[in-house]
This record gives sequence, C-alpha cells and structure tokens, in this order.
Amino acid sequence: MSRRIIVPFGPQHPVLPEPIHLDLVLQDERVVEAIPSIGYIHRGLETLVAKREYPEYVYIAERTCGICSFIHGMTYCQGVEQVMNLEVPERALFLRTIWSEYSRMHSHLLWLGLFADAIGFENLFMASWRLRESVLDVLEETTGGRVIQGSCKVGGVRRDIPGETLECMVRDLEGFERDFKEIANVFLRDESIIARTRGVGVLSHGDAYHLGAVGPTARGSGVAIDLRKTGYAAYGKIHFKPVVETDGDCYARCAVRVKEVFSSIDIVRQAAAKIPEGEIEVKPKGNPNGECFSRAEQPRGELVHYVKGDGSRHLVRSRIRTPTLTNVPPLVKMLAGCELADVPVIVLSIDPCIGCMER
Amino acid sequence: MTHLSKSPWILHYDASSCNGCDIEVLACLSPLYDVERFGIINTGNPKHADVLVITGGINEQNREVVKNLYDQMPDPKVVVAVGICASTGGVFRECYNVVGGIDCIIPVDVYVPGCAARPESIIDGIVRALSILEEKKKNPAPGRAAMGGER
Repeated sequence: MSRRIIVPFGPQHPVLPEPIHLDLVLQDERVVEAIPSIGYIHRGLETLVAKREYPEYVYIAERTCGICSFIHGMTYCQGVEQVMNLEVPERALFLRTIWSEYSRMHSHLLWLGLFADAIGFENLFMASWRLRESVLDVLEETTGGRVIQGSCKVGGVRRDIPGETLECMVRDLEGFERDFKEIANVFLRDESIIARTRGVGVLSHGDAYHLGAVGPTARGSGVAIDLRKTGYAAYGKIHFKPVVETDGDCYARCAVRVKEVFSSIDIVRQAAAKIPEGEIEVKPKGNPNGECFSRAEQPRGELVHYVKGDGSRHLVRSRIRTPTLTNVPPLVKMLAGCELADVPVIVLSIDPCIGCMER
Repeated sequence: MTHLSKSPWILHYDASSCNGCDIEVLACLSPLYDVERFGIINTGNPKHADVLVITGGINEQNREVVKNLYDQMPDPKVVVAVGICASTGGVFRECYNVVGGIDCIIPVDVYVPGCAARPESIIDGIVRALSILEEKKKNPAPGRAAMGGER
C-alpha cells in the first residue's frame, strides 16, 4: 500500500474543452477521491436582469450556453409567458419543438465526437463532427445562426419555417439517419469502445436517484426521467418514449445518447407532420408580475429557469439551475475507485457543459 | 498568407465563454473546415504551442490561469482573441465577475469578431496571426534578443 498523492486535473487539460478543476487523490493508479472546484467561467449573468428589460434578457439567457442556447432561450420565454398568462400560438410551439430537437441532435453529435476523442478514436470524432455540420446547416438556414440561434422571443418565435423548407428538412433527415446509423453502429458495437466503456464509472440506480442525477446520466442508470414528458411546447402532442438503459456505466450513457438522436429524428418527423398553420407570435401586453419555475429537458438533463417580476420592465430575479451542476455529485461518486486512465472518459460521460454550469 | 517555415500549433483555452465560440474553434478542426491543411494542430500543451486562441472574457478566477498559460508558451508567440467576449467582455461586460477582454491581462495580436464567431472568421484570424508570427520570428522583441533571440 503506497501513500496517497494528489494529481491536479484541469482547469486546462487536453481532453477538456472547458475548464473544470479536479483534485484526484490517488493510491497507486486508483482514484480514492475526486474533489471538484469550479468558478473558472463564472460570469454572474443572472444579475443582468436588473440592467436588461425582460424581452431583451432572452438574448442573455441564450448566451448562458452556446451548445443548447435555443433551449435556454425557450425555457426563459416559457417562464415569462406563464407569469404574463400569454397564450402562445400553436405553430410557434411546434417550431420550438423542432428547433429543440435539432439542438439536441447537434449537441449529442458534438458529445459523441468529444467522447470518441477522449477514448482516442480520432477518426470517429471527425465522422461525428462532419455529420453534425449537416444539422448546423439546417439550424443556420432556418434561424440564421449556427450555434446561437436567437429565434425565440417572449410570446412566440421570431421566424417561421415555410412549408417547402419543412418538407425538405424531413427529406434530408432520411440521409442523415442513414449516415448516423453507421456511426451509431461503431459506438455500440466496436470492440475498442466497449473495452474502454463497459463497466467503467458505474452509477447505480439508487445513487443516480439519491444524488439527483438528471438527463442521460440518470437514464443510463435506469431512472426514467425525461422532462419532455411533462408536455411543454408541443411535446404533449407527440408520441415518444424516454430512452432508458440500466447498466449505469459509460457505455450505457453513450447508448442513451445514441438512441436519443434516433428519437429526436422521429420527433421532428412527427412535429413536421402535425404542425398547424397560423400565427407565430402574440404581442406581450404589460409587464410580468409574479414568479414561475420553468423546466425543460436540455440535451444534458433538466434545466430550470426561475423568473420573478414585480410589474416593471425589469425582472427582480432570474435563477438558472443547469443539468451539469446537478450531475457533478454523481460524477464524484463515479470517479471514486476508478483507474486514473479512465478519468477523462468518466468525466466526459456526464457531458459536462461548464459554460452552462457556472453561468 | 505568406510562406510558413513551420507548422503552427494552437493552444485553445476557454476563459469565460458561453461555449458558442469554443465549439466553433473545435469545428475548425473538423473535416468541413479542416485547419490541418495549414499544418495547424490543436495541442493541449502550452510548451508546444505557437498560437494562443482564447474565447471568452477574463474573470476573477481565470486571470491567473490565462497569464500562466501565456507565460509558459515559448517565444515567438501570438494571441488570438476569438469572439466579442474575448475582445471586450461582450454581452457580459456588465456582469460583476467579468473584468473585461483578454487584452487587460496579456497582449492580443488579432481580434476575431462575432457572437458566436463563425469558423470562417476564426480561420481568417488565425491565418492573419500566422503572418504576425513570421514577422515576430524575423524581428524578435528587444528583450528576448538580448537574451539570445528566440528559444
């Protein structure tokens, strides 16, 4: 039994696209304990509600995170709309659903690429990111922005997707699905990936539940929570099942995300078939007075936006709870007892989005 | 772009960006934009890097990290600030924890506009930085020349 040593991991580390710092307490090659410390990206954007009027704050809410920016903007808008009792037109709700699912596909493909890179499978990283560009092309064509869309506003959406474009999007999904199947096969069947991920970083069902894991991290451990099932936007009118795996290891979390891309494709198809004609926005009258917790399913899990208004143009308080923050305690649990070489794979398996987490 | 005498390696650090510019920097490495055709490789080691690419503004906690990364890079080196947050603090400049752009800590050679910066403008910015790098190689800063030129 050798003595314990501490290896610092991050904030700047080749495998991490974003800074988080972990102190890894090692005994031989095994991690005894992982102590996270955060704050490298903290900006304090919640306080900007005092300086921006409530319709302008959508712009800030979207910049909480550049990967799931649309869903951040949408969740904030949902909260304000609920406080103001705004009836958002049906077509706008369907458009929000479609853009949310495209954001999910782009986020999951991004993560699959980074995960492959963490394993050392660079070819697969390139393949995932090449396919992701086709999703970004759709987002750019329909909203004008590749990663930050700016298409959501209080009371609806800014842009409509014309019927022909929707048909074209659905047609293109066929090719996308075919290409993604090839990549999915590698992620789910390749021996080297299975060897690096099976049985690594196991999180039991009980731990996932008690530590408050959300999103694919929870669903990989058999906890079937998916906020989309609460029926916000147009999800109430769409049939889908939350993807659940039971093993709780890195492979299970990867499989959840791979299968969710297929489920997103299906949701976009259903939404495109059911979308009604009509207006895409209502003009908000007056100012928000009251408070609301607005929840939505981000690619990484449950996102909560709390908004509180006092009847003026500025909100009194905005509070954002992001999925990565709630997934850090499960991550610490997974890291205890793992091999040092598996740390990058396990850290990435919760899909850490530090920009989101620290706001 | 003029003739390059070596393959420039970049070091990417996310100061306090929202990730938007980060994933666009990474997208530059993907097959569609493929900056490897200029010989550019994204390295994780500051001691191997020629170009420091920073996204996001400076905040109280990462101030030392950015300074440290810059100091660890060998001369000649260039710094590219990607996105408006890295250039001026951007939409977050009024936040209590944001100090400002990268240039309040280290000298910046190229500013890339955009929120989020597009891969095309990032590539343009880095290619411009490469000619500045060649320039710095030919005329090393006086302090360094006295110590024996470039390392």
